[in-house]
Amino acid sequence: MSSPKGGPAGGGAPKTATTFGEDTVAEARELISRYPQSRSALLPLLHLVQSVEGYVSQEGMTFCAEQLGLSEAEVAAVATFYTMYKRRPCGEHLVSVCTNTLCAAMGGDAIYKRLQQHLGSESAPLGHEDVAGTPGESGSVMLEHAECLAACDLAPVLQVNYEYFDNQTEDSAVELVDALRRGDKPHPTRGAPLSDFKTVERRLAGLLPEDDDEFWTDVDGPSQAVETMRGAQLAADRNWTAPAAPADVPLPEVEAK
Amino acid sequence: MSTSEKAPLTPVLTKRWLSPQSWRLETYEKLEGYTAMRKALSAAPEQVIQMVKDAGLRGRGGAGFPAGVKWGFMPKDEEKPHYLVINADEGEPGTCKDIPLMMADPHALIEGCIIAAYAMRSHHCFIYVRGEALHPMRRLHAAVREAKQAGYLGHDILGSGFDLEMTVHAGAGAYICGEETALLDSLEGRRGQPRLKPPFPAASGLYAAPTTVNNVETIATVPSIINGGSDWFRAMGSEKSPGPKIYSVSGHVERPGQYEAPLGTTLRELLEMCGGMKDGIPLKFWTPGGSSTPLFTADHLDVALDFEGAAEAGSMLGTTAVQVFNETVSVPWAVMKWTQFYEHESCGKCTPCREGTFWLAQVLERMVDGRGSEEDIDTLLDVCDNIGGRSFCALGDAAVSPIQSGIKYFRDEFLALCESNRPARAAGTVASPEPVPGSDSQAAQPVGAQA
Ligand SMILES: Cc1cc2nc3c(=O)[nH]c(=O)nc-3n(C[C@H](O)[C@H](O)[C@H](O)COP(=O)(O)O)c2cc1C
Ligand code: SF4
Ligand code: FES
Repeated sequence: MSSPKGGPAGGGAPKTATTFGEDTVAEARELISRYPQSRSALLPLLHLVQSVEGYVSQEGMTFCAEQLGLSEAEVAAVATFYTMYKRRPCGEHLVSVCTNTLCAAMGGDAIYKRLQQHLGSESAPLGHEDVAGTPGESGSVMLEHAECLAACDLAPVLQVNYEYFDNQTEDSAVELVDALRRGDKPHPTRGAPLSDFKTVERRLAGLLPEDDDEFWTDVDGPSQAVETMRGAQLAADRNWTAPAAPADVPLPEVEAK
Repeated sequence: MSTSEKAPLTPVLTKRWLSPQSWRLETYEKLEGYTAMRKALSAAPEQVIQMVKDAGLRGRGGAGFPAGVKWGFMPKDEEKPHYLVINADEGEPGTCKDIPLMMADPHALIEGCIIAAYAMRSHHCFIYVRGEALHPMRRLHAAVREAKQAGYLGHDILGSGFDLEMTVHAGAGAYICGEETALLDSLEGRRGQPRLKPPFPAASGLYAAPTTVNNVETIATVPSIINGGSDWFRAMGSEKSPGPKIYSVSGHVERPGQYEAPLGTTLRELLEMCGGMKDGIPLKFWTPGGSSTPLFTADHLDVALDFEGAAEAGSMLGTTAVQVFNETVSVPWAVMKWTQFYEHESCGKCTPCREGTFWLAQVLERMVDGRGSEEDIDTLLDVCDNIGGRSFCALGDAAVSPIQSGIKYFRDEFLALCESNRPARAAGTVASPEPVPGSDSQAAQPVGAQA
């Protein structure tokens, strides 16, 4: 494993030490060590910042800049480019409704609209990236519309903290956000047991649960949707297979270089 | 079933998906996992590349470039480190194959990475996973951990002398980062904007070092080729588009899902396996390979869905993301939605795409809102001409595909939207002058707008 490179001399984070303690600095260093060049760790560090703050604040950008020896302008240019970095505090949960064409045609637009009104009101629907409740408090929910979430065969879909809730209806989506607002954590169709936005941002930074049981419980969360396995299942039922692969096929001979 | 008969489905990548805990190393190894790696590591890198070339494996990320040929572009020397970067940014609307693959069978991807990295003399592989793909990312992290513990990653893999580090990296929400050079910029910690080509990544990629970018499905296919050989692989698909392919069928069909079939399968055949159109409502339009591939109609049911067949029929194979829409869906509306997507995802680097997608979305929103005019159709096509082929990267070309093909096959529907406007105007009951919601009125004239 290569040693961390690229941090400024001293390494500590004087300006941001209040929000980002020693643990976070140590985690940042660990993430940086995974890359041949430190700047590659900027996206992971911005996820790490969100795991602490629930969004990317000015202080969060300063923290990244300090850890990587970049200017704040360089960090800001990156942070504002990507939609997953939130500029305002997220709720305990982030609800992302796919409103790309396929999902929209299957009911995604209606689901989004219904949630906007349900979490806001008919006259003042909740806007994109607005929060119902108070960020930092249990049951607060940020709502957003999302582009194709690569689950079109399970349309319409939404994600809570990037865990999949498949084959939704307006009513099931309302039930889901009501449960979240109450402080419940319904299990996703595909994904790990629901946690919260900040925890998930740690995972995106590249930090997995240290506890082995928790690690494997998350990993083993369900994924085998009927739709995913439909072709494989149909083939098994009909006894359709790829041609049998011959045994011991040699690799082609090539002239040594 | 007799082996001479050709089966409509040929599970190779998807065959393990039915096994309980298919993502665990234990399951993978019971089902031939990591045998291809052993075989490859005992041969010369050139032999591995030759095998992949002989098989004719073409890239599954959309463009269909032959994988073995791409690998062959990597320098033989190791003056600079070589990098293998896996494109797991799956974001092309309609595309939903890599994410289930990484969830169900992450070890197939990792074994493919080890083989590919060995063939290209790379000692560090990055898997760039779309940020929203959290659960697949977990499975990859777990698979990397298991593979390391088994001695399949790290230093001196199985005593072969070959070292390989693997880093699973999360993106942060930007479709353009699927474009391979934008992906490399993003992986370097920058805004994801495409680079000028040449130089191609094999000459100057990640950190300006030789780099190959391949799609998840491409690389996950490699172990089966190493084990089965090129003749076996070529027994599926067509001469120029060999092998099996995961067709992702979504939308108005009875049984949407992932269907792995030989390349060249038709929509008619896929629909049969999907139980036909949902509730029997007839097919209207569909994409053969994601929203970036020009639309097809019910006239294209028998087009062979391989690289050549789709192109000859006026579209592209893309990612075999077959999105099926029935008669209830308005084409101008669907086209507007996709255009809004491209507008949102345009990285802003070049003017035709940045300004053009903005204008296209404006015009389409106006039309769908019932306030369009017949000339708007020409305006749309003019703007498309100024984007397609004139943009810095393929996103620009992609953005005009739905519009051009939509108007080509369904012009009447666009006209009908404007029709209702005409008599109203003539009668002097001018449509309300308020701007389109979300419009930015002081912006410049659209490219190519008539004076
Ligand atoms: C706008 C845009 C988005 C793309 N998105 C992806 C993607 O999500 N995944 C992918 O593998 N290729 C994507 N590509 C294609 C890549 O640039 C590249 O061709 C591919 O990763 C090469 O891998 P392959 O040869 O194995 O197909 C995209 C291309 C463009 C222009
Ligand atoms: S075509 Fe669009 S996405 Fe591509 S470089 Fe230009 S602005 Fe960016
Ligand atoms: S369109 Fe919603 S997941 Fe693809």
